Amino acid sequence: MSERFLGKDLLGLEPLTADQIRLILDTAEPFKEVSERAIKKVPTLRGQTIVNLFFEASTRTRISFEFAEKRLSADTVNVAASGSSVEKGETLVDTARNLEAMRIDMVVIRHPSSGAAQFLAERIRSNVINAGDGTHEHPTQGLLDLLTLRDRFGRIEGLKVCICGDILHSRVARSNIWGLLKLGAEVAVCGPASLMPLGIEQLGVTVFHRIEDAIQWADALNVLRLQLERMHAGFIPSLREYNRVFGVTVERLERAPKDLVILHPGPMNRGVEIDSRVADGPHSVILHQVTNGVAVRMAVLYLLAGGRPEMAEAAKGPGGEANE
Amino acid sequence: MRPLVFTGGRVIDPSQGLDTVADVVVIEGRIAGVGRGLGAPDGAEIVDARGAVLAPGLIDLHVHLREPGREDVETVATGARAAAAGGFTAVCAMPNTDPVTDNQAAVGFIVKQAAAAGAARVYPIGAISLGQQGKQLAEFGELVGAGAVAVSDDGKPVVSSHLMRMALAYARTFDIPVADHCEDPTLAANGVMHEGVVSTRLGLRGIPAAAEAIMVARDLMLAELTGGHIHLCHISTRQSVELIRRAKDRGLRVSAEVTPHHLTLTHEACEGYNTNAKMNPPLREPEDVEALRQALKEGVIDVIATDHAPHHYDAKEREFDDAPFGIVGLETALGLGLSELVGTGLLSLPELIERMSTAPARVFHLPGGTLRPGSPADLVLFDPGTRWQVDPSRFFSKSRNTPFAGRELAGRVMRTVVGGCTVYPV
Repeated sequence: MSERFLGKDLLGLEPLTADQIRLILDTAEPFKEVSERAIKKVPTLRGQTIVNLFFEASTRTRISFEFAEKRLSADTVNVAASGSSVEKGETLVDTARNLEAMRIDMVVIRHPSSGAAQFLAERIRSNVINAGDGTHEHPTQGLLDLLTLRDRFGRIEGLKVCICGDILHSRVARSNIWGLLKLGAEVAVCGPASLMPLGIEQLGVTVFHRIEDAIQWADALNVLRLQLERMHAGFIPSLREYNRVFGVTVERLERAPKDLVILHPGPMNRGVEIDSRVADGPHSVILHQVTNGVAVRMAVLYLLAGGRPEMAEAAKGPGGEANE
Repeated sequence: MRPLVFTGGRVIDPSQGLDTVADVVVIEGRIAGVGRGLGAPDGAEIVDARGAVLAPGLIDLHVHLREPGREDVETVATGARAAAAGGFTAVCAMPNTDPVTDNQAAVGFIVKQAAAAGAARVYPIGAISLGQQGKQLAEFGELVGAGAVAVSDDGKPVVSSHLMRMALAYARTFDIPVADHCEDPTLAANGVMHEGVVSTRLGLRGIPAAAEAIMVARDLMLAELTGGHIHLCHISTRQSVELIRRAKDRGLRVSAEVTPHHLTLTHEACEGYNTNAKMNPPLREPEDVEALRQALKEGVIDVIATDHAPHHYDAKEREFDDAPFGIVGLETALGLGLSELVGTGLLSLPELIERMSTAPARVFHLPGGTLRPGSPADLVLFDPGTRWQVDPSRFFSKSRNTPFAGRELAGRVMRTVVGGCTVYPV
C-alpha cells in the first residue's frame, strides 16, 4: 500500500497528467458494478477513517462521497461547519489539526474559498480530496463528467464539448476544462461576456457568446447551474432573459446538425439554464452522471489509500457476496 | 555629541549631482563638510568607509506602523528600528491606525512615540476625513501644526469626488500633498488579486487594472481643477503610468510612488495561494511591471515607497480570501533596489538613491535627502557588494509577512545615522 499513483491528495485536475486521469477513470469501471449488487459493500477501506468536512451546503456531492466511502467499508464522520474561518472563530488549520489528532486517514473538504483544499493538504498528513473549493476546482465532478462522456461516446479524444453558463463562478467549468483538454477533447465555453472570466481563452478553449453557435459546434453540452445571486449582483439582468437568450431548449437543439448529449452537474434550475424537456429527454445523461459519481469517488478513495489500479477488480471481491 | 568622520567612501548625493570618493564630516548633528583631506575634529569617531557607499538616508513616504491599535504586529518604535536597519532615516506613517490619526492629539502621540524610540524619524500623515469615513474633512491645519506632513485616507480610496476636490483645495493653504489610494471600490469589490489569467485559473476574485486607473484619472482632473498637489500612492498599472505621464507633461502638481514589490513581482506570485503575495493594489502583469520600471527610470514615477504593512503570522496563515492585504518592506527595499533595479541595469546607483531619498524629501517637503553642509546628518552607509539572504526571523519589524523570504539580495546596510547619532547598528 505504499506506492502512490496520484500523490497524497486530489486537489484538482489541473495538476494531474492525462495518464493519471485515465487511471482514475479505468479504476472506476470495476467499482461501478459494486453499486449494482444487492449487498453494496466491499472491504477495501476497512479500518480507514474518513472525515467529510463541509463548510458549504451540499447534498449531492456529500451523499455521493458518503456512499463511496461506506461501500468501501471506511468509517466516516460528517462535519458540517458553516462559513469561513473568520466567521467561525476557529481557523481551518486548527480544525483540521484537531481532527487529525484523532487519527484519521483522509479528509474530503468542501469550502467556499478557492485554495482551501490545497491549504489544508499542505498542513496535514492525511490525504485530502477536494470536493469543491470556491470557484477553483471540483475535480471529482470533472472526473464523473469525463467518465459519463466516455461511457456515451467510447472516447474523449476529439470530442467537442461546450461548457455553458456562468463560467466565471464555476469550479465545475475549470475542472472540466482541464480534464477534457488533457484527454484530447476540443473544449469551448459559452455564456454572456459578463460571466466569462478574463483570459479564459488562454487556457486553450474557444469562447462562444451565442448558445446557437455552441449548439452548431458541439457534440455535447455541459450546462451549468445559474445562481439567482448573479442577477442580484448585476452580472445579468434577469433569469427570464437568461433563459430566452442562453437557455438550452428543445427548439434550439432541434436546429443542431446532430443529436447533442446533455450533461448538467446539478442542481438544475429548470426553465432557466435548461428546459425540462431537455433535462428529461433522450439525450440527457444527467442521472447517469450521478450514478458515475459514486464509482469515480470510490476509485479516487481507493487510489489515494494506496490501492494498486490493477488490483481494483480483485479489490471489489466476487460479485453478489458479502465480503465482511 | 561626538563628531563623526567617514573616510574614503563613495559619496553619492543626487541633490548635488555628487558621486565621488570623499570624506564626510558630521558635527553637532549636521553635515559639516564633504571633501578630501578635511581632517578630523578632536574626539571624532572615525569610520573607515572605503569600499562602501555613503548617501543621504533613505526616506519612505508610505509605511503602516500600526500604533495605536495593533501594537502586537508593529509599534512606532519597532517600525522605526526596522526602518533604521533597512537604511531609512525617515518614514511617513499612514493614519489608518485604531483609532484613526485624524486629530492633533493623535498626530502628537505618533511624534512622541517616535522621539522616544530614537531610531529613524517618523513623520505622521494625517487622515483626509474624520475616522477615514470619507465624509467630513479632518482639521488639516491642526494636523500640520502637530507635525503631519501630508494627508491621506490610505487603505481606502477617497470615494467621493467632492470630498477629494475639497481636500486638494483646502490642503493648498498648508502646502501639503494629498495622498490617495486609487481604487474604484465598485470595480474592486471583494477582489483578492489582480484580475487576469492567474485569477481565472486559481478561481480567485479579481481586481481589474482599470479600478486603479479610473481613480487616478479622476484625481488628476481634480488636481487640475483645484491646483492642489496630488500624490498617488503605490501605482501598479501601465494605464495609470500613461495618465501620470500626460498629467506631468501638462505641468500638473502630481507625484507618484511605486513599491519594490510592484517593480519585481507579478500576479504569478499568487500561485499556490501564497498569502504573502496578497496585496492591495495587487501584483499585476509583466507588462505592468515593465511600464512601472520605465516610469521610475524616466521620473514619471518619482519615488520608491514600501507600503510596509505588518500583519500577524496567524492572519496570513489562512485561506487566501480571508488573509489581509500587504507585506512588510522596510528591511528588504534597499536590497531589492540594488539587486533588481541597479543590478539589472535599469537604474544607476545615484538614480536609486535619488528615488529613495532625495525625491521623497522633495515631494513631501521633508528635511534630508541631501549631504549639503548644514543639512541634518541623516546618512546611510552600505556595502553594495555584500550578498545576503532574506531571513524574516531576523527582522527588526515585529512582523514577518514577506514574499521575499529566502531570496538572495545585494547590499548590506552597515550604518544608519539620524541627526548625527548612529541608530543602526545599536
